[in-house]
Amino acid sequence: MAEKITGAEALMRALEHEGVNTLFGYPGGAIMPTYDALYDHKKTLNHVLVRHEQGAVHAAQGYARVSGKVGCAIVTSGPGATNTITGVADAMIDSTPIVVICGQVGVAMLGTDAFQEVDVVGVTQPVTKWSYQIRRPEDVAWAVSRAFYIARNGRPGPVVLDFAKNAQTGMVEFEPANVDFIRSYDPYPRINKEAIEKAARMINNSVKPFALLGQGVELGNACDEVRAFLEKAQIPFGTTFLGLSDMPSDHPLNMGILGMHGNLGPNVMTNQCDLLIAIGMRFDDRVTGNLATYAKQAKIIHFDIDESEFNKNVKIDVAVHGDCKESIPEITALVDEAKHDSWISGFKPYAEKEYNKVINKAINPTEGPLLMGEVVSRVTEATGNKAIMVTDVGQNQLFACRYFKFSQPRSVVTSGGMGTMGFGLPAGIGAAFGAPDRTVCVFCGDGGLQMTIQELGTIMEQGAPVKIILMNNNFLGNVRQWQEMFFHHRYSFTPMDNPDYELIAKGYRIPSKTVVDRADLAAGIQEMLATPGPFLLQCAIKEEDNVFPMTPPGANVDEMLLG
Amino acid sequence: MQQEQCPMGDYKKVGGQCGDCSTCGKCDRALKRGERPAEKVKKVEPIMEQDNSTKLYTFLIYSENIAGLLSQISAVFTRRQVNIETLNVCASSTPGVHKYTITSFCDEEMAIMLTKQMEKKIDVLRANYYTDDQIFINETCLLKISSPIMLANSQVCSIVRQYSARIVEVNPTYATIEKTGITSDILALFNALNTIPECVLQFVRSGRIAITKSKVEHLDRYLAEREVRRKEERR
Repeated sequence: MAEKITGAEALMRALEHEGVNTLFGYPGGAIMPTYDALYDHKKTLNHVLVRHEQGAVHAAQGYARVSGKVGCAIVTSGPGATNTITGVADAMIDSTPIVVICGQVGVAMLGTDAFQEVDVVGVTQPVTKWSYQIRRPEDVAWAVSRAFYIARNGRPGPVVLDFAKNAQTGMVEFEPANVDFIRSYDPYPRINKEAIEKAARMINNSVKPFALLGQGVELGNACDEVRAFLEKAQIPFGTTFLGLSDMPSDHPLNMGILGMHGNLGPNVMTNQCDLLIAIGMRFDDRVTGNLATYAKQAKIIHFDIDESEFNKNVKIDVAVHGDCKESIPEITALVDEAKHDSWISGFKPYAEKEYNKVINKAINPTEGPLLMGEVVSRVTEATGNKAIMVTDVGQNQLFACRYFKFSQPRSVVTSGGMGTMGFGLPAGIGAAFGAPDRTVCVFCGDGGLQMTIQELGTIMEQGAPVKIILMNNNFLGNVRQWQEMFFHHRYSFTPMDNPDYELIAKGYRIPSKTVVDRADLAAGIQEMLATPGPFLLQCAIKEEDNVFPMTPPGANVDEMLLG
Repeated sequence: MQQEQCPMGDYKKVGGQCGDCSTCGKCDRALKRGERPAEKVKKVEPIMEQDNSTKLYTFLIYSENIAGLLSQISAVFTRRQVNIETLNVCASSTPGVHKYTITSFCDEEMAIMLTKQMEKKIDVLRANYYTDDQIFINETCLLKISSPIMLANSQVCSIVRQYSARIVEVNPTYATIEKTGITSDILALFNALNTIPECVLQFVRSGRIAITKSKVEHLDRYLAEREVRRKEERR
């Protein structure tokens, strides 16, 4: 007879069986048996104590994004669990594979409004890929294996395991489970040959093809396959924010960023191409603008692993359902080598116009206060475009995504779909653990930083080498920009009195520096990058600067404002 | 105040007016039978198509027997702002598989979207939508009607016969009538009986149940395909 162990110990072994080596978490009453078991697994399961449960989930997200592995967070019941929900919802909309394990009161007390009891499965079902309550120690092995299988396969997403206390303390003979098939869930559907052939014919007949790349390319580990396809047929492409590191920023076919604050060329040309090829992206409203006028002149081919994305927002002509790592090589084999030189050169005037009217002023200003664009631009230059860019949400995010440059995949960690302020700092911690050999630059504003500022404590304790670039403009800048543009300059609760961030950093024993003058910026960045471990670089940014170009909400995709 | 329990299970004040039932014959109100109280007009309109763009679709959904799926499925409708008209859930003919039969008004585009979003749930096996011509449908209703009125008004029995309904129980207070059929027949029966004042005491319809007219059993085919896939992946 096999040895009997507790459900909590079974969880540890099941996590190890899944290859987990890093956990972000925070203990509490209903998860204490699990934390007690964790105490004996400290060597194999590196537990990072965060300062708030939201931080644990965002860190798990950052970890998952840069490593491609499943991020794992562990928290207690009730408030511990509800504090994770923002991050879980964020992971759902941005397809990030994470598993969140919450404590729960014992089965006998479920439904009695017990202390720190909340209906976690009920609350998380709408924002998870799967949510399950482990009520018996016998279910631990199966549930953990199924959770990781679901989180990492198909379109990735968050899974929540609600771990009842009696299941943690109860005894069980542990045998690791290997869920590798779920009858009701086909994560990698067979590619439809007819769809591939039809799509290939459309591509071969197209004279003005344009590709849209999303995070799906990276999630499918299909960057090389997509690159080979685009290069063979000479198809210019634009990327979403989450797809920014699908291809090198300087790839000759890379026409820039799609969407509301993207580049002029790709947005205008979306409404001029004759064929739109969307790969692993979901036509978010921030990308499409007004759907009634979006790419109406073009045929549309959509490659996605999630069938429910087809025809959701934009009506498409051909759907290729499946993993793009499989489908793209099939289509590459069928498309003709082509040249679309005159079509590709058509992007150039827009790029030049944008450079002259917007970009040059944003990244190479010669007078006035510091601008976010130039800070981002100097940081990316100083890192040789090799760093991981983590952003918070707001103007810092838009400027960072616009001006940071990428040379390798899995280099973008930003909250795209949810737009979660406070995401940046904890996600940066996760990224530092997920890619310990890379430089992690967190761009944040004075608003977002303060939403999860307590995670400086985690950075201090772990010595996590997170380079924090605080672009401080004493405003909730993006909302202020909208107030300026659409609400008659009525700055309703967007100006902020700020604390002394250097003093705060000092309190957390994190080296810091403040840059006010342009002349000191390069030296400040050098000092930040040369200092081992964490660093906070505060940049005093022009207070009322706007992110341009901009497609106003609901406007047509080709009607971008340049300033 | 002295109270006496009436046969309907309600209480009446002795000497006063009965609360609601007005059928036991003991209170003042029962004596006024045949009169039509103005405030008690009940009329249920047959379900009509809401406008030209929407249609009544029947969704047949098969899922694994895992707790919590019903709320996940209904949440798909709620999120897309589609009302559920009827809902029936029960075990299917395949062991371990549950079948949901849901009707809703929407356009076809929405029906496709709802179907895909339901299938996206991990433990949902298949979801399909049908129009009425693609399925055999049935539902059941039960009517509780006042026995004194039934005895006093010969129309009641003739309506029951006319609509081929069954009387399943009669006692001095009420009779229970059952009718199985399509929605419009059931509503026609109810509307006919409801023209007689004070006649219908309770009315309940089951959710719709449906089987497809297709000669292919899509669920069986799907499960067989998945079984083949399972064996392939194991290899």
